[in-house]
Amino acid sequence: MRARADCTRRKTKLMPEYQIVVCGSVVPDPLQTLEPVSGPAGPALKNEMMLPAWLDPWAGHALYEAAGLAAKNPGSKVWLVALGPKAKLQQAMMTLAQKAPFELVALDGSASGFTDATETATALAEAIRAIPGIDPARLLVFGGWESASRGAGATMQIVGEILGITDQFQGVDEIGTEADGSLRILERIEGGQHQVSICEAPPVLLGWATGNLPEPRNNPQVGMANMRAIMPALQKAKPAKVGADGVKFHSVSLPKQSRDTKVVKDLPPDQIAAEIVDWITNK
Amino acid sequence: MEADIVCVGFGPAAGGFLTTLSRAILNEDGSTAIESPAAPGLPLQVLCYERADDLGFGVSGAVTRARGLRESFPDLDSAQIPMTAPVKGEKILYLLDPVGASRRPVLMRAADAAIRVMGGILGVRDDAMELPWTPDFLDKHGGLVLSMGQFNQWVGQQVMGSGAVQIWPGSPVGEALVEAGGVAGIRLVDQGVTKEGKPADGFLPGMEVRAGLTVVADGPVGAIGRQLDKAFGIPDGHHAHDWALGMKFVVDLPETCELDPGTVLHTLGYPEPEIFGFFYVHPNRVASMGIFVPSWFDNPARTAYRYLQHWMLHPAIWRHVKGGRLRSWGAKTLQESGRRGEPRLAGNGYARIGEGSGSTNVLTNSGLDEAWTTGVMLAEGVLEILKNKQPFTAENLESAYVSRRRGSWVDKEGRTAARARDGFQRGIIPGMIGMMVTGLTKGFVSMPGKPMPPHRRVPDLGEYYRGRIPPKEIQAIRRESDARGISAHDALMERAGWPAIPFDGELLVSHQDALLIGGKVQAPAGYADHVEFLYPGDCKSCGSKICIEMCSGQAIYPGENGRPAFDREKCIHCGACLWNCARGNPKDPENGLIEFHAGAGGLHSAEN
Repeated sequence: MRARADCTRRKTKLMPEYQIVVCGSVVPDPLQTLEPVSGPAGPALKNEMMLPAWLDPWAGHALYEAAGLAAKNPGSKVWLVALGPKAKLQQAMMTLAQKAPFELVALDGSASGFTDATETATALAEAIRAIPGIDPARLLVFGGWESASRGAGATMQIVGEILGITDQFQGVDEIGTEADGSLRILERIEGGQHQVSICEAPPVLLGWATGNLPEPRNNPQVGMANMRAIMPALQKAKPAKVGADGVKFHSVSLPKQSRDTKVVKDLPPDQIAAEIVDWITNK
Repeated sequence: MEADIVCVGFGPAAGGFLTTLSRAILNEDGSTAIESPAAPGLPLQVLCYERADDLGFGVSGAVTRARGLRESFPDLDSAQIPMTAPVKGEKILYLLDPVGASRRPVLMRAADAAIRVMGGILGVRDDAMELPWTPDFLDKHGGLVLSMGQFNQWVGQQVMGSGAVQIWPGSPVGEALVEAGGVAGIRLVDQGVTKEGKPADGFLPGMEVRAGLTVVADGPVGAIGRQLDKAFGIPDGHHAHDWALGMKFVVDLPETCELDPGTVLHTLGYPEPEIFGFFYVHPNRVASMGIFVPSWFDNPARTAYRYLQHWMLHPAIWRHVKGGRLRSWGAKTLQESGRRGEPRLAGNGYARIGEGSGSTNVLTNSGLDEAWTTGVMLAEGVLEILKNKQPFTAENLESAYVSRRRGSWVDKEGRTAARARDGFQRGIIPGMIGMMVTGLTKGFVSMPGKPMPPHRRVPDLGEYYRGRIPPKEIQAIRRESDARGISAHDALMERAGWPAIPFDGELLVSHQDALLIGGKVQAPAGYADHVEFLYPGDCKSCGSKICIEMCSGQAIYPGENGRPAFDREKCIHCGACLWNCARGNPKDPENGLIEFHAGAGGLHSAEN
């Protein structure tokens, strides 16, 4: 931890009954082999619609942290604003709905990663604004600071700008509420260090790194409760106009990979490290 | 929690059931057509729990006549379902042995020699002979080549999109609530437990879901189906003695491959006479290819993975796939007793559908369409019962569901096929003759044979390799593999003459890489081990340890003190260990010493 920064604003202190809106979409299951291809509408992933869909792991951290914060602050509520192909959203929701209580706001559009960050952010921001009863004085906007699907690294910032949220933090690992109702935010900064910021009150936008909370267990009762609203939300999902019109991708490629498999257990860390160093050195 | 109908497992049978049911629950305007008895004022409450981490994970590829599917979807456009193609051509190839290691009966060797001599006349190419015709009972013309994973995902999307049914993946069902001579619902497995099942961090006891009807569709090795078999017994004369393991690769075919989408190849004869192969070509230069290893293949080291690689390397197969790349991989158990493995189809509060209900046709090698149709028939029966405002009693289900099934083509063809494979109990040649005779006489004549539980017929390693590997060498190989914590089949097969696999990192990959880059196997934390060794002392003294040799994921391996051990992180839930035990259970002679519970995780690919 390096510094403690205060971001005092013109905001009034509020009771910590937050409206937490998590922006998160689906990505292909990270275990799958991804292969960029060129299609008539530009770059895409080969067989994308056949790949299992999961919530983007970075957004997942954001959602689980949002659920944790809401549980600690009774009266708070979590929304998940998700932009993706409707069928894939539906698929992912059946697992995700069991993890944490939230209300879904679904937008039907591409989640391939080959979209313009501003268009995506605009669609997300408009969806947040359209949530009935949303109150900027209670609003925390969460998302991933990265994405497993060609993260532009800019989408969440643009969402914040469109919504007029100027207190933005990226690479967040922890959020807590101080005794006076202010927010204490632990944010990754350069050099492997953290910075602690105190924010008097919402609105605030947080791009999450990994957070500290584990993935919740599948709770069927939570799933049942969520699903009452999820299916209607999916049914009325509006098409979102996102894409990459006018953008020319000169080339698309995956990082070069080299793979060796070795399955061992109970190996001392020193030996694991030595083997990895040896492997890298000899490559 | 209360529901009206709870369904265990989401495969083709549950797909047929939920598709048919969901169309009737709501009106077109979204209003309630069938009100819930459990929650008055709401539509019928239907829940389905699937153990795998997502829908369509862990099932297999198929070629099907698609009669039942087309009845459910009269306007079915195969292009809407990824990896689906109309059957375009179907061939049966007899594969000769190009390496000389296959254990072929003398008669078969003589026939092979004759075929080679007359190769020019018989059209032998690449050590394979195409049979001049495909028997009617095998013919799938007019049908579809499918990926069951993709098909199930497609069905799941349709069903859930209706808003009438909820399907929950990642939710293994631990047990049926057996009460008062019937079933009152289910209980999900506990989470947050140790591998032994004891409460640990984040303990979440399995939720009970009480329902008027429990639909058991958990497949051939499903824990709930087997629980009901034990609780209520199975009909006299029925048994589940015959099994097979189907293992396959999904492959990106090379540019040089000239096979059209919809091409279907069946193979027999190699790598061992008892092992059958299949090759289905999907659109976009993708193929599903693999083998079936039956329980009557009396090799105690009957590894499917190693045999699959040798099959793939046969010149008649390799010419199509050389230069291709592994996309996905998986395996599953098939219930090969068919109609004779049929359990009690219904009782108070429960009904059974799909492969676990004995619907697979062992003559036509068809299971998907039959399973689907049993689900449709149950849904039709359930709607009839609901319409009459009757309870789900054994009597009502017998009248509304079982009677439908008895009058169906599934049952009629299942009866025809019931004894088709008995001949295999006496050897491959009587078995092939029996299949042919049964098919051509439509079940009037079959080759006699008495199916036995696998553990009653499989020899030990010494007997199987007699004349090929001296007993002392077998013992030395076993000792060395135990010490290394690996199975013995690779060393045994190579000693018996099988060549080493020339790994290329693309298609010929190690077994571990098949798990990781093919099946993408995962095991979520916090669940108990679902494979249980019931009598570890007996396992120690077992010389065969087929459980280790046959394990599709190398999840069962030599553990401490000569006992097999289980690694849940590698298990693909094929269920082969359930029927591959070499020892009979002293308290349950029909079964072996391994219990296969419902568990989470497994394959993470929906292309199988």
